[in-house]
Amino acid sequence: MSGFARARVAFTVLAAQLQDRPERLLVTIGAIALGIALSVSVTLVNASAADEFGRASRALTGSADLVIDGGRGGFDEALYPSVARRPEVTVASPVLETELALAAGGTLMVLGVDPFLAGRLEPAIYGDLASHFTGLLGARAIVLSAAAATTLNVGRGGTLRVRLGREERLLEVIDVLPSSAYPRPLGVMDLGSAQWTLLRLGRLSRLELRLAPGVDPARFGASLALPAGALIARGTDLEGRGASLRRAYYANLDMLALVALLTGGFLVFATQALSTLRRRAQFALLRALGVTRAEVTLAVVLEGALVGLAGGILGTALGWVIAREALARFGGDLGAGYAAGPGTPLAAPATTLVAFVALGVLVSALSSWLPARRVAALAPARALKGGDPEFALATSSGGRRGAGLLIAGGAIAFAPPLGGLPLAGYLSIALLLFGAVLLVPSFARLVLAHLPTRVGPIGRLALAQLQGTVAESAVSLAAIVVSFSLMVSMAIMVHSFRDSFERWLGGVLPADVYLRVAPGSDTVLLSDADGRDIAAIPGVERAELRRVLPVLLAPDRPAVALIARRLDAVSVDRLPLLERASATPADLPAVYVSEAVHDLYRVGIGSRLTLPVGGQGRAVVVAGIWRDYARSSGTILIEQGTYRAWSHDVASTDAALWLKSGASAALVGAELTRRLKLGASLELIETSDLKARSLTAFDRAFTITYLLEAIAVAIGLAGVGFAFASTALARRAEFGVLRHLGCSARQLKRLLAGEGALVGALGALYGLLVGGLLSLVLVYVVNRQSFHWSLDFVVPVGQLLLVALALVLAAATTARLAARGVLGTSAVRAAREDW
Amino acid sequence: MRRGIRVLALASVLAAVGVASGAVPSYPDVVPGNALNFPADEGAHPPFRTEWWYVTGWLKTAAGAPLGFQVTFFRTRPDVDAANPSAFAARELVIAHAALSDPAAPRAKHAERIARAVFGLARAAVGRTDVTLGDWQLVSSGALFATRVKADDFAFELTLRRRGPVLLNGQGGFSRKGPAETSASWYYSIPGLAVTGALTRNGRPEPVTGEAWLDHEWSSAYLDPESVGWDWLGLNLDDGGALMAFRIRDAKGQARWAGGSLRSPDGRVLILEPGEVDFVAGRTWRSPHTGIRWPVEWRVRARSLEFGLRPLLDDQESDSRLTTGAVYWEGAVTAMGPAGRLGRGYLELTGYGEPLKLR
Repeated sequence: MSGFARARVAFTVLAAQLQDRPERLLVTIGAIALGIALSVSVTLVNASAADEFGRASRALTGSADLVIDGGRGGFDEALYPSVARRPEVTVASPVLETELALAAGGTLMVLGVDPFLAGRLEPAIYGDLASHFTGLLGARAIVLSAAAATTLNVGRGGTLRVRLGREERLLEVIDVLPSSAYPRPLGVMDLGSAQWTLLRLGRLSRLELRLAPGVDPARFGASLALPAGALIARGTDLEGRGASLRRAYYANLDMLALVALLTGGFLVFATQALSTLRRRAQFALLRALGVTRAEVTLAVVLEGALVGLAGGILGTALGWVIAREALARFGGDLGAGYAAGPGTPLAAPATTLVAFVALGVLVSALSSWLPARRVAALAPARALKGGDPEFALATSSGGRRGAGLLIAGGAIAFAPPLGGLPLAGYLSIALLLFGAVLLVPSFARLVLAHLPTRVGPIGRLALAQLQGTVAESAVSLAAIVVSFSLMVSMAIMVHSFRDSFERWLGGVLPADVYLRVAPGSDTVLLSDADGRDIAAIPGVERAELRRVLPVLLAPDRPAVALIARRLDAVSVDRLPLLERASATPADLPAVYVSEAVHDLYRVGIGSRLTLPVGGQGRAVVVAGIWRDYARSSGTILIEQGTYRAWSHDVASTDAALWLKSGASAALVGAELTRRLKLGASLELIETSDLKARSLTAFDRAFTITYLLEAIAVAIGLAGVGFAFASTALARRAEFGVLRHLGCSARQLKRLLAGEGALVGALGALYGLLVGGLLSLVLVYVVNRQSFHWSLDFVVPVGQLLLVALALVLAAATTARLAARGVLGTSAVRAAREDW
Repeated sequence: MRRGIRVLALASVLAAVGVASGAVPSYPDVVPGNALNFPADEGAHPPFRTEWWYVTGWLKTAAGAPLGFQVTFFRTRPDVDAANPSAFAARELVIAHAALSDPAAPRAKHAERIARAVFGLARAAVGRTDVTLGDWQLVSSGALFATRVKADDFAFELTLRRRGPVLLNGQGGFSRKGPAETSASWYYSIPGLAVTGALTRNGRPEPVTGEAWLDHEWSSAYLDPESVGWDWLGLNLDDGGALMAFRIRDAKGQARWAGGSLRSPDGRVLILEPGEVDFVAGRTWRSPHTGIRWPVEWRVRARSLEFGLRPLLDDQESDSRLTTGAVYWEGAVTAMGPAGRLGRGYLELTGYGEPLKLR
């Protein structure tokens, strides 16, 4: 027989197998497709958000060799001429960045630039402006990006009503940039007009520099004497700022998607393992006909690869559609608040799509490889006679390897984050999971050996069957364990998070009503007189003003929120403090930093920090570390008096109001609106509302997590179904004999349901144990390193027991349904049949 | 003459914008009668809307190859709100253009800069010629001017030595630009400047010598609305004399106004009346860059002097829409009389593309 003919024979047999079980084939393909689809959609959404953010960031500062960045606080404009005069500098473009409060509510980022200088650095945005700059010199002239014009519903020649303190003013929209210039909402004004009109005289936010050829940016940057609050940044730093948080969020989602894919791969393994086992005789025949061992292996692996290809293509297409819809509806952050809003364009490079199809093929082919090798290794003569269904999972070395992996996984969890991502944490989870899978047979044997045997004939039969085929049931058990343990770990993590978050909300919001003015804006602030007005409103017992301002502590990290507020002994006691200095040095003012500041800037109790306040670096000492779930880029609390003495900035951004008992929050709100005259810029929210809204936002951010969990478990259950269908088929003869011995069809069904329930229970028990272990890594490593806040470990016992019970029932039902076809066959035929 | 049109086009847009913002600056008119005062009047006149220092000339390399060059600095006072206390308020803008014409190259090289006069990084000083825009500069010191230009693909540093007195155009420097009395400028020229210095091309500096011409002109109301552009000529004559001639065109291409100054080698100056100057267009060249058809050869009559003009290079078009919104042709030309070469200088043409009431 020629090699070609042999291959044809092999394929004919395999094709017959594929045609024989279309529903199983479809579900296997579907499982792979789901895993791939989830990975594709998460990756594409992430890539699109990163792409949009990157484009926006690059469009603004991308071609600068160096940026002197003063953040939102900025620095004195006197720095500009001294830098611009340096011979190493070819172009120095001064920029004032302001969040301008809009009269209709919300803010717009406005850049005040010199179009002649900015146009030389970033012609894509400012090139056209420089060529008709004349209009831009008007004190109230503004140019909008296409995105801003769309969002604000105003065009060229229209007006934009903005809020500057108590006043509303009209800006004239003299032009709209083409949408290719800048992807996000933006306003551009002349620098001179912006400083004046937007009340920022004398201030600049950054200097964007082009250096002469041959000048080393790092060395030049180091040679500059910069005022406090101004940092040297590269374009990549600025891009990195927004990316760091989003990256962590997506890494978590990616991990979930990979779980689904892994489970899908496991399903392929389970299916192939059982189907090759069932087709042993056919393979043996092929071997006898001269097909080599390698050819048999290749044929089975190819079979898996074909399934993977179909699943990969289907999944990639599905993922593409999901990503497009998700972006259109929720924007690049899927509603979590880390990226731009709806309308982010989909970035789907062909290479990424092809890579995912390839991933499907790879996972599926690899999953088929073990079963393929096993069936190819069988001696043809022995296999033709039947018997010896031995599984790769059930080797004695598997247990040792499993234990080794568990130990390695546990150890690696203690490694620090890599590039800001908890990669070691994910690796630890993977190792723990594989270790746990290899230990499944040992676990099953251990538990089954200790189960009571006085359970009636059907129960004993079920038990005996499982005890006798531990190796075989280990495969289906492993499919359940993989998906269920991951689900358990996610459930524990999310529950711990939600529980901690809810308790934290109760602690950090002691007042009754919170008031903010144009949150994030630089143009609307509260004065102390406003504070007295607020306190004088009938029903208000007391009002506390706060100043929240972003300060840059490192060029490549997002700004930290500096909050200047009253910090007496009582209010410090109320903070959700995790650590506290026993005594603070009296010579330096104390600050209380959030965990993110502790993690990102490596400061602890007693550490000294330099804060740029009022144009100078001010030394402070860390007196406490507290938990802040509101800002994962970090928060620093400082006593209001200290801040004011340093900065001479007596404005405030927020106020907390305590009401007299019995006072109506609605009436107080109406009075506030009337007295403060801040229009849509005034935001009032009652604490109860704020808590409810925060929890809703939390749940929305985790919706996608719940969805992915459910899918993983569904895939795992499908695996159980297949396993039972296969074994039931294999056991037709046994069922025939049982029927002859007087077993009724109902009893047989009960037998199968019992076996299913037993497998389900084993899976649930083991999954709970493994999931608990994984959740420790998620809570203490992955979550902490991704978001820089700690969680209290809380296990949702009731919820988990319910899900475990549901799993046992589902397994029992699946097992019974899977065997339905087999039980219908006549007893005589079944007994006679030989597989 | 130079760039008035563009600056005016710019200023009129500024005026339209300025109306909205309250404190509108007022600009002094150019009225006859005041004598110019040197060297003070060689410096800037900040109250006026526009002003420029325009240096043109011919250079010669060590190998004897001829080149044309021009460098212009001008300041303009936009109609921004005078109440704006910001240090960055665009109270004054400084613009600079430079060009280099090499007959061996397919087209002239150009560069331009524009900046607001803030923190001394760009400025036009009062009292003497001292205009700076980053590392570009034109500054006077005694009998010398020094100018420095650094563009991406060329650079030059030149010293210009005066060899004669200032040539006052019009009535003692009061130069009419149209039938309306209000369109006029203060205008003097310094012809016959001896040039030495260094020119850098492709990163290689080489010494050059040559002869140049400087125009200094300031005004608040230059062209009337009927005028669309002008033709201007400044010639250093081979006999040691100098000729400046211009005409202002209307939309039909007819002369609305004309004038000039002719200085003979002995220093006597003839002021040319509108009827004494004729520009007759000859061969045209169509720009492949803008599609504009430029007359690049001319017959010119200045009183009794008649001659033809031949460009050093056809493509001396300068697309300056990025800074000033205009496309113009300005280039080195040779004047050929019946008995051979009369002199060399620069010809400037504006308003041949779109009408210059741009934007």
